[in-house]
Amino acid sequence: MSNQSPQTLVAEEEQLRNGGPVINDFSIQVATVNGSGSQSSNTVLMRSIFQMGIPVSGKNLFPSNIAGLPTWFTIRANKEGWIARRKEIDFLVAMNAETGREDVMNLDPSRVVVYEETLKLNQYRKDLTFFPVPFAKLATEITPDSRLRKLLANMIYVGVVGELLEIDPSEMELALTKQFKGKAKAVALNKTALDIGRKFAKDNFDRTVVPYKTQRMNATKGKIIIDGNTAAALGCMFAGVTVATWYPITPSSSLCESLADYMKEYRIEKDDKASFAIVQAEDELAAVGMAIGAGWAGARSMTSTAGPGISLMQEFIGLAYYAEIPVVIFDITRVGPSTGLPTRTQQSDILSMVYCSHGDTKHIVLLPASVEECFTMGYDAFDLSERFQTPVFVMSDLDLGMNNWMSDPFIYPQKKFDRGKVLNAEQLKKLGSFQRYGDVDGDGIPYRTLPGTDHPAAAYFTRGSGHNEHAAYSERPDDYKRNMDRLSHKYDMTRSQVPQPEVKYAKGSNIGFLGFGTTHWALIESLDQLQREYSLPVSYYRLRALPFTKELIEFFEKHDRVYVVEQNRDAQMAMLVKLELPAELVGRLRSIRHYSGIPIDARFVTDELIAAEKGEQN
Amino acid sequence: MSTTLQPPSPPKNANRLGYTMADYKGADSTLCAGCGHDAITSQIIKAFYEYGVEPHRVAKLSGIGCSSKTPAYFLSKAHGFNGVHGRMPALATGVMLANQSLVAIGVSGDGDTASIGMGQFVHMLRRNIPMIYIIENNGVYGLTKGQFSATADLGSKAKSGVMNDLPAIDVCVMAIELGCNFVARSFAGDPKQMVALLKAALGHRGTALFDVISPCVTFNNHEGSTKSYKYAKDHEELLHEISFVPFFEQITVDYAEGETKDVELHDGSHIRLRKTDKGYDPTNKSEALNMLRKCQDSNEFLTGLIYINEQKPDFLSLLNIADDPLATLPQERTQPSEQALKEIMAELM
Repeated sequence: MSNQSPQTLVAEEEQLRNGGPVINDFSIQVATVNGSGSQSSNTVLMRSIFQMGIPVSGKNLFPSNIAGLPTWFTIRANKEGWIARRKEIDFLVAMNAETGREDVMNLDPSRVVVYEETLKLNQYRKDLTFFPVPFAKLATEITPDSRLRKLLANMIYVGVVGELLEIDPSEMELALTKQFKGKAKAVALNKTALDIGRKFAKDNFDRTVVPYKTQRMNATKGKIIIDGNTAAALGCMFAGVTVATWYPITPSSSLCESLADYMKEYRIEKDDKASFAIVQAEDELAAVGMAIGAGWAGARSMTSTAGPGISLMQEFIGLAYYAEIPVVIFDITRVGPSTGLPTRTQQSDILSMVYCSHGDTKHIVLLPASVEECFTMGYDAFDLSERFQTPVFVMSDLDLGMNNWMSDPFIYPQKKFDRGKVLNAEQLKKLGSFQRYGDVDGDGIPYRTLPGTDHPAAAYFTRGSGHNEHAAYSERPDDYKRNMDRLSHKYDMTRSQVPQPEVKYAKGSNIGFLGFGTTHWALIESLDQLQREYSLPVSYYRLRALPFTKELIEFFEKHDRVYVVEQNRDAQMAMLVKLELPAELVGRLRSIRHYSGIPIDARFVTDELIAAEKGEQN
Repeated sequence: MSTTLQPPSPPKNANRLGYTMADYKGADSTLCAGCGHDAITSQIIKAFYEYGVEPHRVAKLSGIGCSSKTPAYFLSKAHGFNGVHGRMPALATGVMLANQSLVAIGVSGDGDTASIGMGQFVHMLRRNIPMIYIIENNGVYGLTKGQFSATADLGSKAKSGVMNDLPAIDVCVMAIELGCNFVARSFAGDPKQMVALLKAALGHRGTALFDVISPCVTFNNHEGSTKSYKYAKDHEELLHEISFVPFFEQITVDYAEGETKDVELHDGSHIRLRKTDKGYDPTNKSEALNMLRKCQDSNEFLTGLIYINEQKPDFLSLLNIADDPLATLPQERTQPSEQALKEIMAELM
């Protein structure tokens, strides 16, 4: 049942009973089985609302299965622009016999249910508004093909919902044409289904009893809808990636797949040859090994994976750290290991990324919160990796990577690639020689040369842990220690170069949130709830990369309590913060964790914070 | 001719590119005296020198083990990468994707290839990555002191007296099955054959697999070992005598017709196989497999060019990669235009 604060719940119910309909502030949940083709229907529904200028977000909660298991798609429309997951469902479309009863039982009172008539869901609750629709029967009017009928039933519910929520029919048609781009037959069939749904609702239901409705706004003009994996792929393409090697794993596969699609379109040269190589490797060990080999030879190279893949890549990533080889690694985090919840979201690979591998290793981790940052950080990762000659992780998650998000269009990066300290034959001719692992500039970053450089002094031999400044084999304790200290110094130098945090101090506040990645969306909405419902101003530190920057300590100094909010059980980021803080500030650290596999929501954060703060007062 | 416009005259004993044998040498070996691997290193130096490869265009790659140390002992003017155990094929693949103008040579061992690295080895062969892949095969883990590897023969005895009771993996049979188009086996004690085969491998485009029996003098050269110098000498079965005619030399006829078989390589070089009494045809896949199996049964170890096919495209041609190295393509060739981004954004609105 609902976790809402009592006063909000009362206020909402009041409005539902007495006031007019709630405009542009509701959530729709479509419950179906996976493999039934509901994805296109849901996209059309979401896009139609988006095209009416209403801020909208969509989240797909799907099983690790191809067909037949329950799946839920939630669409949230919110005039204020809140796009985090909203736990409470206002408008249920119940198409799945298996989950129908539970889906209905989970609703708050006075909510709306559109359902397949034969499921008889109205028997379970008296306090909801039910709209029974004979979807299967209506679909037979369109086609005798039973497989097609199943798909079209999904478009019929889009029509029904459209009518009940007063979604502009012309926007629905436009969204549909866009969805089935270039497939005239599919457009026509689906249009018929859409119309049948709309007509059925119009003829049989009184839409004035529906307490929600859409109304045209102007909040989405010029915006795009894109998922984080596609956005990251675009970041890589515009960063001039030349070698991408990967192994299929949910939820990261679509990153390299959409990269391949875009590269085929935009990176084939005049002679029909590719300015890139994308290779599906035999496993994650090979995927990262190829990317590291390519990085060593001078390519802008990358791989993309999820937690289990990171585990497999560890040995190689440690080698790249010690041998100082650039490579970009995307981790689209999820629940692991093995079977169960690989299709659910989490932020649980933080420690396995930042300290990835054996030996003394520490890595740069970029933490995009939005699709826009998937693009910009996807781009920046290559500059950082080549500048610092080290692996760079980009941590996205299933929620960001695979769901559709609204965003401003991406801005073209008007800067020159930073290819780092690479010496060519001309420069070597002037210098005479170079030290592969020497700190000439005091920034810990050595110079490198690429295989194929036509100069007798260019070549060097790459090894893991045992080398001196000249890349000669060495097991000497002083050589090892000097090298490790330089690597640590180099890591410190990255602090001022990684994406800096966004810090907002709330006036008169003695408490703060620290969040990162997709948790951001729940946090900013929670800040608003805390202000409106509890008159509690809370500061906010949005971390955008590791290592930490100097602002972290300052933030702790200025607040009595800082709540690190994250989506994992063990407070992985809070642990890192604890290591970073001076001892006298550690006592200010608090932790809020959400780790059910479902995206975190604002109400959860608000309730947790209020409960914790009450505890502090007692 | 004006002398000022002439490049300095090549040193004595220079090869066709003006490099001497010294240009192909590396650091001193730290392996045990008499190690088969050092003999192979010498033949690599000789073959690269005689064929004439620009040292800076070579990328040397290896995994972990005694064999994997050897790239430090040849071609010090080439970049080298001593990777992680069994994963050299992935590194080599990445290197060649990044810069297909390089000549990749990978040195691995039987542990590195046939145990921990089996997965990557198999997929490298399947992809046909252009590189020379040498397995310095001694049937034993040297660096960790004498454990059997997966190529140790059934019934072979360890120095400790323990008998190997698992069958050996034959990497050549496997390579042929997986579509490798250059499969050779040799013996560290037969330098002449090895140099000819290595030069042939340089002329081949695609993975050239080279399984070299390379006795471990410390842990596997005793009575009862099937990878000792003595055993290899006693059981070697020469398929043919091999000579190599590089593309830059004239082919001469010094054998009567029918006595030799010529195979033309990708680069225009020829290998000339002088038939022994077997009349073996290395371009016939099933014959190659039959011959390997027959020799396995009779405990003979077959050396020579076991299988060759110059028709199959390598992985980089399949990917249709630009001719210039991807690694150094300028920004204007790898970053699509601002207009392109606008176009993509419009699609998403």
